[in-house]
Amino acid sequence: MSSSGAAGAGSTDSTAARRNTKRPKYSKFTQQELPACKPILTPRAVISAFLLVSVVFVPVGVASLLASRKVVEIVYRYDSKCIPKNVTNKVAYIQSSADKACSITLNVTKHMKSPVYIYYQLDNFYQNHRRYVKSRSDEQLRKRGEENETSTCKPEDMVNGRAIVPCGLIAWSLFNDTYSFSVNKRNLTVNKKGISWKSDRNHKFGKDVFPKNFQNSSIIGGAHLNESIPLREQEDLIVWMRTAALPTFRKLYGKIEEDLKEGELVNVTLNNNYNTYSFNGKKKLVLSTTTWLGGKNDFLGIAYLTVGGLCFFLALAFTIVYFVKPRQLGDPSYLSWNRNPGGH
Amino acid sequence: MLDVKLRRLFTLLSNVLGIGIESVLVNLSKGHAVESFPLLKEGQGQGQGQGQEQGQGTPMDSHRRSHSNSLLPFEICENSKPHHHHHHHHHHRSRSRFKSGQFDDGFYVHEANARSVYINDPKRTNENYEFTGNEIRTSSYTLLTFLPKNLFIQFHRVAYLYFLAIAALNQLPPLAVFGRTASLFPLLFVLCVTAIKDGYEDWRKHRSDRFENNRDCLVLQEHGNFRPKKWNRIQAGDVVKISADEMIPADIVLLGTSDQSGIAYIQTMNLDGESNLKTRFARQETVTAVTSESCGVTGVIRCEKPNRNIYEFAANMEFNGNKIPLNQSNIVLRGCVLKNTDWLIGVVVCAGQETKAMLNSAAAPPKRSKLEIYMNRETGWLSIFLFVMCSAVALGTAVWLVRHKQQLETLPYYRKTYLNLGPHFGQVYRYYGIPMEILFSFLSSVIVFQIMIPISLYITMELVRVGQSYFMVEDMDMHDSSCGLRFQCRSFNINEDLGQIRYIFSDKTGTLTENKMEFRKASVFGKNYGSSMPVPPAVKSKRRWKLKSEIPIDYDLMTLLQKEEDPSSEERVAAHDFFITLTACNTVIPVVNGSKPSKEDDGVVSIDYQGESPDEQALVSAASAYGYTLFERTSGHVVVDKNGEKIRLEVLGMHEFDSVRKRMSVVIRFPDNAVKVLVKGADTSMLSILANDKDSVWHATQTHLNEYSLEGLRTLVLASRDLSEEELEAWQSAYAEASTALYDRAIKLRHAASLIECKLKLLGATGIEDRLQEGVPDTIECLRQAGIKVWVLTGDKQETAISIGVSCKLLTPDMHKIIINANSEAHCRDLLVQAKARYGVRPSGKGQGNGKCKTIADLGKEEEEDTAPMALIIDGTSLLFDLATACRVVICCRVAPLQKAGIVNLIKSRTDDMTLAIGDGANDVSMIQMADVGVGICGQEGRQAVMASDFAMGQFRFLRKLLLVHGHWNYQRLGYLVLYNFYRNAVFVFMLFWYILCSAFSTTSALTEWSCVLYSVIYTSIPTVIVGVMDKDLSQKTLLQYPKLYGAGHRQEAYNIRLFWLTMIDTLWQSLVVFLIPVLTYQNSSIDIWSLGSLWTIAIVILVTVHLAMDVNGWILIMHVAVWGSIFITYGCLIVLDSIPLLPNYWTIYHLACSPTYWITILLVTVVALLPRFACKVASQILWPSDIQIAREVEAISKEHGDW
Repeated sequence: MSSSGAAGAGSTDSTAARRNTKRPKYSKFTQQELPACKPILTPRAVISAFLLVSVVFVPVGVASLLASRKVVEIVYRYDSKCIPKNVTNKVAYIQSSADKACSITLNVTKHMKSPVYIYYQLDNFYQNHRRYVKSRSDEQLRKRGEENETSTCKPEDMVNGRAIVPCGLIAWSLFNDTYSFSVNKRNLTVNKKGISWKSDRNHKFGKDVFPKNFQNSSIIGGAHLNESIPLREQEDLIVWMRTAALPTFRKLYGKIEEDLKEGELVNVTLNNNYNTYSFNGKKKLVLSTTTWLGGKNDFLGIAYLTVGGLCFFLALAFTIVYFVKPRQLGDPSYLSWNRNPGGH
Repeated sequence: MLDVKLRRLFTLLSNVLGIGIESVLVNLSKGHAVESFPLLKEGQGQGQGQGQEQGQGTPMDSHRRSHSNSLLPFEICENSKPHHHHHHHHHHRSRSRFKSGQFDDGFYVHEANARSVYINDPKRTNENYEFTGNEIRTSSYTLLTFLPKNLFIQFHRVAYLYFLAIAALNQLPPLAVFGRTASLFPLLFVLCVTAIKDGYEDWRKHRSDRFENNRDCLVLQEHGNFRPKKWNRIQAGDVVKISADEMIPADIVLLGTSDQSGIAYIQTMNLDGESNLKTRFARQETVTAVTSESCGVTGVIRCEKPNRNIYEFAANMEFNGNKIPLNQSNIVLRGCVLKNTDWLIGVVVCAGQETKAMLNSAAAPPKRSKLEIYMNRETGWLSIFLFVMCSAVALGTAVWLVRHKQQLETLPYYRKTYLNLGPHFGQVYRYYGIPMEILFSFLSSVIVFQIMIPISLYITMELVRVGQSYFMVEDMDMHDSSCGLRFQCRSFNINEDLGQIRYIFSDKTGTLTENKMEFRKASVFGKNYGSSMPVPPAVKSKRRWKLKSEIPIDYDLMTLLQKEEDPSSEERVAAHDFFITLTACNTVIPVVNGSKPSKEDDGVVSIDYQGESPDEQALVSAASAYGYTLFERTSGHVVVDKNGEKIRLEVLGMHEFDSVRKRMSVVIRFPDNAVKVLVKGADTSMLSILANDKDSVWHATQTHLNEYSLEGLRTLVLASRDLSEEELEAWQSAYAEASTALYDRAIKLRHAASLIECKLKLLGATGIEDRLQEGVPDTIECLRQAGIKVWVLTGDKQETAISIGVSCKLLTPDMHKIIINANSEAHCRDLLVQAKARYGVRPSGKGQGNGKCKTIADLGKEEEEDTAPMALIIDGTSLLFDLATACRVVICCRVAPLQKAGIVNLIKSRTDDMTLAIGDGANDVSMIQMADVGVGICGQEGRQAVMASDFAMGQFRFLRKLLLVHGHWNYQRLGYLVLYNFYRNAVFVFMLFWYILCSAFSTTSALTEWSCVLYSVIYTSIPTVIVGVMDKDLSQKTLLQYPKLYGAGHRQEAYNIRLFWLTMIDTLWQSLVVFLIPVLTYQNSSIDIWSLGSLWTIAIVILVTVHLAMDVNGWILIMHVAVWGSIFITYGCLIVLDSIPLLPNYWTIYHLACSPTYWITILLVTVVALLPRFACKVASQILWPSDIQIAREVEAISKEHGDW
């Protein structure tokens, strides 16, 4: 702020002088005497704070752990299995037009209550790379009239001078492995409706925006889109376009809306189309149930239990300290000038 | 000029003392330091007494100012004597002498530099467009220039340049980390806020300028009569007429006034804040040519170039073929007000921006607080962190790019070329080769991590300081109800320094004492009077003049004066002369209120004595109480009312007070034609020039003087002598020559004075009491307990200083006193060495004063230094320093203003301790500006000290609350604020950094760009400011009860480098927790980048807010609102941001909020992140409680018991 006012001649100075002579009005606020609650770390407060934390954390930890344990999850890595043994150049194989169908069998170890969610998990795929995250055009996705808004999609914006819809690297690299499931030769229906966010469907992807010039180029990144279906209904794309936070991620593929019983063998016929070989990415198929907590993850439960336990331990430790080395609160003999008199 | 003088002085000294060149050089640089204060510059040069022309000295007759005369505002010169006409001669000779001489102080008007003003001919004057008009512009902008100029000024701040550079970097296509708007937002925000503030201030200046410029003033027009003219139309050369109580529109040379002798009284409140009247004179030659309606003066005034020195003016006037010298007493400056004079007529010589008032309106250079200096050091560390992190990202990029070199075309998430058919086919897209990519990666990480350098901290600190200043100003306890003065914060940058003061340097008069002089005792002709007895009413009723203050009258003295019998006894005559001297030998101007008293008016007429020296006023008032009332004073005579009988005394000449003679004398022709010289001065200077050497009167007076000194009274010795005709003639010719001399006038005058100031008859002595201010002993005691060393620097003599020291509890009986009282440097050095040896003070290296103090602090010593200490300061610095810092109390006597600054500088440069200087007079200005914190007392001596100070208040005792309470709070608050700001920004940046490591080093931020930008501006800023302004660790009652709590500031408990590193380790831990827990929670899940970013945003905001909440010492409602409100504001912002369908993070928060995992993750993050900090805090409070902590507990316990 401007420091000391100029000592200029004139009216400003005299008004300032007049202002200075006004007696300040008393109020608790201006005198800084507002009643304040001054928390003090008394032994009781400290111990009860630690105990409170452990009392809250342990049950939450137990509940989380139980929830996580309840989740049944089947993970199957298929990227190496679904390559014929004799193929040496995996990238060339995956880019070729050979039939890449592959059949695997999953063993249901525990009863899985419906709905059973089908995820695919990619590894070492930096969907959070800055170039990738930005390579989309939300305007174009929403409105038909703005299909030429492709500047943010470069270099995947045009083909032969015509705008690509949906443009950008994200859409271009759309995942295109497909799975079909059967139990005892009976096909399981995979429900692919409602796997994306409703808000995305309704507001980010237009119902009158249709794919155009998509995957029309020499290099094909992934799935093709049916040009007669509006983007709003292309849920795989919508799911894919919510880019993942971390280089290892799962994306929802669909739901099986019936229970899988313990001991059942699920046959999966998959088309291993997606090229993760060029960047050594793994591909996994995941079948999982959910609970209130989400998928299978013991971390929260363990963390909560650990913290709860630690706080209990700290409460104990401080109790002991207070007993071993008691210090009377507000004891003036601990003041620095009383401890070593003369020195200051 | 000063430089040259100092160099000469030092050369001289080093020759005498044989000091090596090195120490001389060191001290020369000190001289430079002093030189940077504009007001001091000229004055100090003269104070050195190097035989330079000193104007005419100043009429100060109090010895406490004995060294300070050159700093006094406005000299009053009596120049009514007609001039000799051979000054042409003189002028040329002196000029040629100047050319050959080595210095040039600009006192004389060099023809080459001179500007000519043609009186009453503004057209001719302004032919060469040398002069500016009288329009003033204090405003800096106009509507047109506002935007560019304001921006230009704003970008002088480094912080803004940093902002700008970052924003500019972000505009480069390969670096566009944030969108355009988002990246410019913080800069624009800050710029707009500042611009609005500046604009408002400037608008107010415009308004006041317009008001000033449109005032009316009477100006002599071509038709020869005075007509009103707007101020801004006045030009140099115009002849203006000012009536009583009007403001002067420009710097004008007086031509004539309503007074026949050409006197005008002016009030200079607007210039220097002094409320007493000062006299200005029109030259006798022109007075006769001017009447109230016309001005017959024509001629040329050659005057110096405009300068800002308000105490000097050099010009000459060609009038009727004569060259008349003009000096400072002939000019009236813009902004002054004419008083007690019906009108004055003068010619404008400087107008508008060139007037001294306008040239002086520049602000003082800002001081920087110590905390801020430390803070900048730590900011350096943060920049290193920033550099390391950016390098890590760049290195990672390098490794990643090299490893994926072959895949860059095919990776689905990194496409460097256009592969689609079209115009761009095969071209590279935003890929500039690996080296450039590494550089860009470095730069873009600088953009992402920009808030690591807490630029917002500077703005936050300014806001917090304004808030703190508000509370200081509003404090009722620091409001001086007796004169209705509020506390003033004149500098906003050093509030927190108040909490770390180790040394207080205090002026005595007016600071420790009230500076309301009261006549207490008198020794008349060897008899002591003044054991004030009640005055019989009969005596009282004889008084006809009502004075402002009632003076107790000594009955014996009164009867002596009124004794009818034996009127010619020696004692009676001496008493008479004693009071005549008191009445006549001074520069006090009596102001009679109301109309002239007529005979039939037996009502009491009140007389107000206006003068620059409170001592003189006290003496004149006292004389009036004894029946000798000063009734009228002009340059030629003095009228004294002696019990109703008016005596007209002709003043033949006056030798004003100067610091060499330390006395003042006046030559008076009495009505009976007897001529006497009346002298009054400091005892040291008077006792040597007395005729009645060591007779009984001399001895008795000497005894009385010692008694008075011991009682703490200020003493003056009065003497007189009858002059014979021969002596008178000899003196008159010397005096006439001297007072018209152009060169060496002061020396010649001094010489003339010495002709008559000898063989004087001792009349007596006076003792004036200057009472201690209320609460001074308690305050000093309290400050000493707080571990602050109080030094008193005074111009008084040793005995007075000691007695004051005792009465204000500065000195206690159990102290060892070391008195250094030497006449020569060598002697002084010996004394210092002896004292050191005796009390075991070991020499210490630079800045080691503290440790040493601990061992011997309880000795408690007092040092008296009474010598010509300039030499001491030069030579004996280290000796003095060692000894003085080991003492609890140091009193320095007979200290000149420059020496005051020197002593402050000695401590300041040799220790890391904070210094505070407090004073009230112009003589304290140098010290106030030199010290880390300068406090001005608005007292009787004008506002010079206040103008130079950082804080100004009414009384010394407020210092206690200012330091112990506000200083403590300010320091604790700001120290915490800085650390917290470092933490708050660093934890955020670290978190971003961890994430970037997980995104192939591609400087992605999971947080939306708006959240990144708003984090420090909106999400977390408000509670920071509120807590910084209002949090209170201890109540003021406790702080005042236990002054030693102030030691927390001395030990730098609130902010030090150890705390910084601990905070940074904590920051690292917290950032890891806040990053890793969500990652681990959502590993193997389908979480998207925006959801995780949203979780991180809220988690970190809650974390830093709870962190702050954990450290809040006193919760009041507004803090709850600010702290918890900021979390709600963050949620509000997130909801708004997530409701815009165009942003990719659309609807994220709603999805997240539905899942319990989100909430229990936030809880986990907060608890785990803060657990170590909390545990450490608890452990340290159990095992190593700080004083503040214990005091808090005491407070809480006594509150429980209902004591408070």
